[in-house]
Amino acid sequence: MNSRTHFRLVVLYVMVGALLLVLVGRMWTLQVLEGDHYRDIAAQNRMRDIVVPALRGMILDDRGRPLARNTSSLVVSVDRTTLSRQDDGGEAVLRRLANVLGMSQEEIDKRTRLCSPTVQRPCWPGSPYQPIPVEDHADPKRALQIMERQEDFPGVTAQIQPVRAYPEPEGASAVQTLGYLQPVTQEELDKREGLKVTGYSGVDLVGRDGLEAQYDKALRGEAGYRRVLVDAQGRVTGIAEKKEPVPGNHLVTSIDAGVQGAAEKALEEGIKAARKGGRPADSGAAVVMDVRTGRMVAMASFPSYDPSVWTGGISQKKYDELLGEKNNSPLISRVTQGQGPPGSTFKVSSMAAAVKAGYDLHGTYNCPGSYMVGSRAFNNFQGANLGSMNLHTALVKSCDTIFYKFAHEMWLRNGGRNAPPDAKNPMVEMARGFGFDARTGIDLPSESSGRIPDAPWKRQYWEATREANCRGAKEGYPDVAKTDPGRAAYLKAIAAENCVEGYVWRAGDAANLSIGQGNVLVTPLQLVRAYAAIANGGKLYTPRIGVAVVRPDGSVAERIDPPEPARVPIDEKVLAYMRKALAEVPTDGTAGGAFAGFDLKRVAVAGKTGTAERYGNADMSWFASFGPVKSPRYAVVAMVSQGGFGAQTAAPIVRKVWEAMYGTKDSKPILEDGRLPTDIPKLPGSETAP
Amino acid sequence: MSGAVEGYGERRHWTSRVAVMRRLDWPLLVAVVVLSVVGALLVRSATFQGLAEQGKDPEGFVKRHVLNLLIGFVLGGVVTVLDYRLLRAYVPILYGVACVGLVAVLSPLGETINGSHSWIVLGGGFQVQPSEFAKVGIVVLLAMILGEPRDGEIGPGVRDVLLALVLAGVPAVLIILQPDLGTTLVFIAVMFGMLTVSGVRKRWLAGLVGAGALAIAAVLLFGLLEQYQIDRFTAFMDPEADPRGAGYNARQARIAVGSGGVFGKGLFQGEQTGGHFVPEQQTDFIFTVAGEELGFVGGAVIVVLLGVVLWRGLRIATQAADLFGTLVATGVVCWLGFQTFQNVGMSIGIMPITGLPLPFVSYGGSATFANMIAFGLLQAVHVRRRAFD
Repeated sequence: MNSRTHFRLVVLYVMVGALLLVLVGRMWTLQVLEGDHYRDIAAQNRMRDIVVPALRGMILDDRGRPLARNTSSLVVSVDRTTLSRQDDGGEAVLRRLANVLGMSQEEIDKRTRLCSPTVQRPCWPGSPYQPIPVEDHADPKRALQIMERQEDFPGVTAQIQPVRAYPEPEGASAVQTLGYLQPVTQEELDKREGLKVTGYSGVDLVGRDGLEAQYDKALRGEAGYRRVLVDAQGRVTGIAEKKEPVPGNHLVTSIDAGVQGAAEKALEEGIKAARKGGRPADSGAAVVMDVRTGRMVAMASFPSYDPSVWTGGISQKKYDELLGEKNNSPLISRVTQGQGPPGSTFKVSSMAAAVKAGYDLHGTYNCPGSYMVGSRAFNNFQGANLGSMNLHTALVKSCDTIFYKFAHEMWLRNGGRNAPPDAKNPMVEMARGFGFDARTGIDLPSESSGRIPDAPWKRQYWEATREANCRGAKEGYPDVAKTDPGRAAYLKAIAAENCVEGYVWRAGDAANLSIGQGNVLVTPLQLVRAYAAIANGGKLYTPRIGVAVVRPDGSVAERIDPPEPARVPIDEKVLAYMRKALAEVPTDGTAGGAFAGFDLKRVAVAGKTGTAERYGNADMSWFASFGPVKSPRYAVVAMVSQGGFGAQTAAPIVRKVWEAMYGTKDSKPILEDGRLPTDIPKLPGSETAP
Repeated sequence: MSGAVEGYGERRHWTSRVAVMRRLDWPLLVAVVVLSVVGALLVRSATFQGLAEQGKDPEGFVKRHVLNLLIGFVLGGVVTVLDYRLLRAYVPILYGVACVGLVAVLSPLGETINGSHSWIVLGGGFQVQPSEFAKVGIVVLLAMILGEPRDGEIGPGVRDVLLALVLAGVPAVLIILQPDLGTTLVFIAVMFGMLTVSGVRKRWLAGLVGAGALAIAAVLLFGLLEQYQIDRFTAFMDPEADPRGAGYNARQARIAVGSGGVFGKGLFQGEQTGGHFVPEQQTDFIFTVAGEELGFVGGAVIVVLLGVVLWRGLRIATQAADLFGTLVATGVVCWLGFQTFQNVGMSIGIMPITGLPLPFVSYGGSATFANMIAFGLLQAVHVRRRAFD
């Protein structure tokens, strides 16, 4: 061998050695130095956490009848993560799936896309890492086709899953009170403690409104998970870790399905009757409260809707219908969020305020047909001159002018137009003492606070509306003038007045407040609570719907008691006087007609009608009541927006609720001896798992 | 030179089995046997779960691989016993068969697997990859041309070099057409290595490197590469660029190897392997199975065993009885060495991905047979080495 060949072979030796050293060196960095890093990535690569949703607890009425429960359903879902790994982004899979499920390609595309501000329903509002249910009630045969041909359907699963169901016992749907469920969003998942979801998880729903939202944590339970091993195609090859879900607790409420059902029926019938009578009657509420405990017995709201729309990706059309103005927002509970001027039902507050301000409870007052407040005449209802009377009769006959006088005189006493800004208005003080102008604090997520207008509010309102008013004063209302010149002139005059001195708390404002008209707003819930306070001797409760959180095994996890009630700032003798007066309203007073033939021997009911005028709209109809008079147990309030006179529409609704609770000579009472169950109902050990 | 006489004396007994056994390179044999056994285990690990999932015999691949190995060892044994110098007589036939095979691959007889049109399907589940056998052919051909006894000259002459380039160029071009970049690179490595060791002048070598650089520039300039090859290179330069596409293999390979750590997860225990995250794992990416299941230690042992093969090969080249033997051994070392570096390198992310098996370890009949013939050639040269060492 020549030396050149020999030398070059030596060079080759060195090169081979060097290259092999490079390999081993790189392996050292990859496996030893960065090994932990790659172990983590490998774990992400082959582990998927599948969240196993916990069975949601039921919502039950006071006797343990489920208002919301679970049934099982075969749900076909699509996992976007697995789909995105397909060469075509899962297009072919979705096409096959649409074929098997008998859906159009377009529909399935829409259902599986993510919602965003620009993408409207149908779309998936939940987390992109969750499987998206495309069919909630799949035909088992079709689902089987999918499961048997998993290679054709990567990322598609068919599972039996619990679905919320609403059995409506005794016809009680209570949908606005129960609220509804929607898929959990990624932000909500991120915020949740404990299990962080990686990869795809089971369908996870969260309460969006009502009790479902308020008691979500208790009802939800604790999701379990399966940490599964998957292969490169995303197929599950084994289970690495498993945690069983903890089923959610049940919520026992004080809602009585029987009373609730009766209230819903009475409300709907009342509204139908009002519509037959030519009034719009666009919405309404009927509410029953236990005056001794502050617990809610029934909360009916109109318009309502069928809660089954929530199961299975709600369409944009349906969703718009539910939220939309056109359909009058059936999702909103008129009990807690339907607010309007209370009309004469408010006089109990004004009367108490007058007595507290020094007017004689047993005095005699004149009730003329009209009362001059400044230069403006304030009329009695239909201008009737009722002569002189005591306060008792003023309530029974619902005299307005007596209250105008009280309001006017108090206003003058405070200094009239030039009252100091911190002057105490007894009517406003008393209204707040009754709990108006503030949320009641009921155990629901959304509630309106109503409004009691006073001088500071007026100034605030004036500042907010001054610009518009002044423009109106200057330019008039040409649009309105085209059709109704009289109204345009009226609007212009008011705008001119408001532009200049709209901040002034005028005598007219005080007069309007005294009879619950004008800018006063109350919710049916506030009113029922106020009448409950009159009935129970002055205790102003924070209303509660929840009674107890009960574990799936039937044991009580938590009792929910209404907080210590506040006291209405009225002497018991004044309350007793008012109770006596109100007891005569259904017999000899404004509700005499509505309660004609009512079996007062079964249950003596006291109450007050209310008719609130709203310019350009039909009257708002109110009736507030409590009973039995001797030993009150319940307060019942009905409100129908644009329903006409209180005695006309609301009072008959309330009457029907009382008749349902206590029975008539033709119908059996819902309540035995007028009582509701006081014990937490015994629940079956566990709900049959789906 | 008494050694020479002794050596000459022994020559008579070359055909005696005992003499051959005694003169065998035992470390080389042991390394190849151990690599084959490890390879079979890794092939089993890479395939048994997938086969079981498909309802097939989980041992199907490993059974066939063991059969290939046995046939390969027989082939290697036959080559060992043959006088390699007689091969020179058969070089034209070998070369011709290889070229015909490569042409056949390009004809409709050929079959495309993994983007390479490099297979001939024989039916009955058998398929042949002629480019593997062409490697053997090119090594022997170049050794013959460049190893001609010459008088006084240190290196081969111009005519020999040109002839070598032309003759080696024909199969190389056929392979480029498949297109099989990896095997082409093996050809280039073998050719360059053998030219160097044959004693070609430095300035010619430099000229070859320059011509090679020009060729690469031309390939890039005229877009002669297939898209998937460009993608692979892009993925190599920036593995995270397209983690689901071209970069997927590279990324998954690194994850599998990296997650093995120092001692690995245990044979047949690899989760990445079991989950089929790395494609082509029993062939091109067999080293990722070793990396994941046997860890750094196991992977290093395989590299060291391949190092033993290369070291013994170079030693055999140094001790060969003639230049032809030296060049045959050199060619085999360049072939196996390049393939080792390329294959392990792409599994651990320092080389771009090309379809080359890991010698003696990867599954694959043609590759196994070709490797075993190469092993036989080394042993054949060794058995007939100069007697004085």
